[in-house]
Amino acid sequence: MSAVTRFFSRNWLVTYATLYVVFLYAPVILLPLFAFNESTIIAFPLTGFTLQWFTVLFETGALHKAVQNSLVVGVVTAVMSTLLGTCAARAMVRYRFPFKRGIVGFIMVPLVLPEIFVAVALLVVLVQLGMPLSIWTVIAGHVLICVPFSIAILSSAFQGLDKNLEEASLDLGETGWGTFRRVIFPLILPGVISSLLITFTISLDEFIIAFFLTGTDVTLPVYIWSQLRFPAKLPSVMALGTILLALSVLLLILGEWFRRRSAKRQGLDASSTGGLIQ
Amino acid sequence: MTAKPIIDIRQVHKSFGKVEALRGVDLTIEEGEFFSLLGPSGCGKTTLLRMIAGFDEPTSGDVIIGGQSMKGIPANKRPTNMVFQSYAIFPHLSVADNVGYGLVRKRLSGHEMREQVEAALAMVDLHGYGDRAAHELSGGQRQRVALARALVMKPRVVLLDEPLSALDKKLREQMQVELRALQQQVGITFILVTHDQEEALIMSDRIAVLFEGEIAQMASPQDLYRRPVSERVASFIGVMNFLPATAQAASGGKVGLTIPALGSIELAADSLPAGVSAEQVKTIGVRPEMLTILFDASDRAECEVEGEIVGASYYGDMTYYSVKLPDAEAPATVSMRNTAGRSIIETGTKVRVGWGAESVVLFS
Repeated sequence: MSAVTRFFSRNWLVTYATLYVVFLYAPVILLPLFAFNESTIIAFPLTGFTLQWFTVLFETGALHKAVQNSLVVGVVTAVMSTLLGTCAARAMVRYRFPFKRGIVGFIMVPLVLPEIFVAVALLVVLVQLGMPLSIWTVIAGHVLICVPFSIAILSSAFQGLDKNLEEASLDLGETGWGTFRRVIFPLILPGVISSLLITFTISLDEFIIAFFLTGTDVTLPVYIWSQLRFPAKLPSVMALGTILLALSVLLLILGEWFRRRSAKRQGLDASSTGGLIQ
Repeated sequence: MTAKPIIDIRQVHKSFGKVEALRGVDLTIEEGEFFSLLGPSGCGKTTLLRMIAGFDEPTSGDVIIGGQSMKGIPANKRPTNMVFQSYAIFPHLSVADNVGYGLVRKRLSGHEMREQVEAALAMVDLHGYGDRAAHELSGGQRQRVALARALVMKPRVVLLDEPLSALDKKLREQMQVELRALQQQVGITFILVTHDQEEALIMSDRIAVLFEGEIAQMASPQDLYRRPVSERVASFIGVMNFLPATAQAASGGKVGLTIPALGSIELAADSLPAGVSAEQVKTIGVRPEMLTILFDASDRAECEVEGEIVGASYYGDMTYYSVKLPDAEAPATVSMRNTAGRSIIETGTKVRVGWGAESVVLFS
């Protein structure tokens, strides 16, 4: 009897897990499927193979501009939030100061705040201050929401750092800055790269804040959203999505490969430095 | 060699919040000396070492190195180098880069630097290990790299924070001898922090015993072992039997000592601890090896007492006997070397125990 229940419960678990994965990834698989489909209508059956939607992408100037904006926003956001995150994580792990919990809490709050409120609030403030909307206002908003992620990643990197290593460096005559450059930075580098990749990815596909704070220079997600109003543009949006999908998978693999390589170099177990894929 | 002070510690206090880690330490360490700070964990020995290195500042008092006050001088400007308990080998650098780490700032030519690194590695028997990655080394090798990294800087003082505690017993004993030999070879002042009394005795020229942030006694290993100033120091360094006793001043400046468990004896007046009169003596201490079991009827000792064996622990080279002495509450420990043809005495055997004026230490 119990063997039977076990058999069924096990089968149920497999079924549940399979359905779960299908629901999660089927829409993603539809993306490349329709990107190469001839018909302008997104529906089965598929009509034939074509690369024309990709050609359309290469000929759309507005898209290129949006991609360029998104890359600028993404790179600047990644660098700035990783820089700020490094300082904050270091202070959080190594130093004691008054109101530490409160300050850290304030920095981490955007992680749980509904983005739409953050976006509206920022818009109101910026308008009141009389600042013109541009990609720089988008960057400001993105840094705000990316810093907590950066801190979370980097504080675990700093926690893994033996304090004696810093003291040993000072003891050997090195300055504080030299110690950072020669000991601390190389050892937290996997965390820094991890933070750069993740904040870049968050910024790249962030829509709500970008939608509110962008002026005439739209970012890619905002551009895609604007294209969805025209049914004829749908296949080329699919093609764009396919390219982005391929890129993000590539980025993820690259980041993970780099992390494992540097962990191996230091003779650590790859899982001990904490990565996206354990 | 004329003794020249290299480190002068004057009335150093250190508080961490409400906890007083050091309460007025005065101490002078001479050039070329192997000096140990010995004490149980939490006695302040590591704090004192970190103050000399410059990682902690005294709450009050002064640390003077080479005649210069170290007030406000950071660790990277001090003529000291440290070997950390965890070794603190930079994991992302090779052995040679670890050893050469501090030399980089000295702006040497590449050739000069390689030469000095090689020489330092040779000094610690790691010749040819320069290209190894830090994580490929064993515990003992990491310890040697840490030492080479400190020595290559040619510091005036090398600070060692429990450097051998992570090694296994055999390696530790070997390193104790090697480290001592190396120190004598290079002639640099070494300051060792340890909680291992045996280690301190083996390696040091002088030892300071610290209890609760205060120096309890500062002496050479022999003096420390033979003439501890308090029961606490005595029981921290090796094994000691404590027996109640009374004393009176006797004629000729001597001290008449009565130990109920052992008998009576007259001692020279200088066996009294400084500042203690004969009448204040309450306890005597006697080391296990200072008592002798007289095996043969013909064996003689300065004084003798009848005892009964109540237990024995066999250590291979030595046997530690528990001997019930007359009028003593707890049995005394007597150690005997297991020389050829001597078997362990059975429990219950009556034996004669020999002792003498040289055996006992007086405590107030």
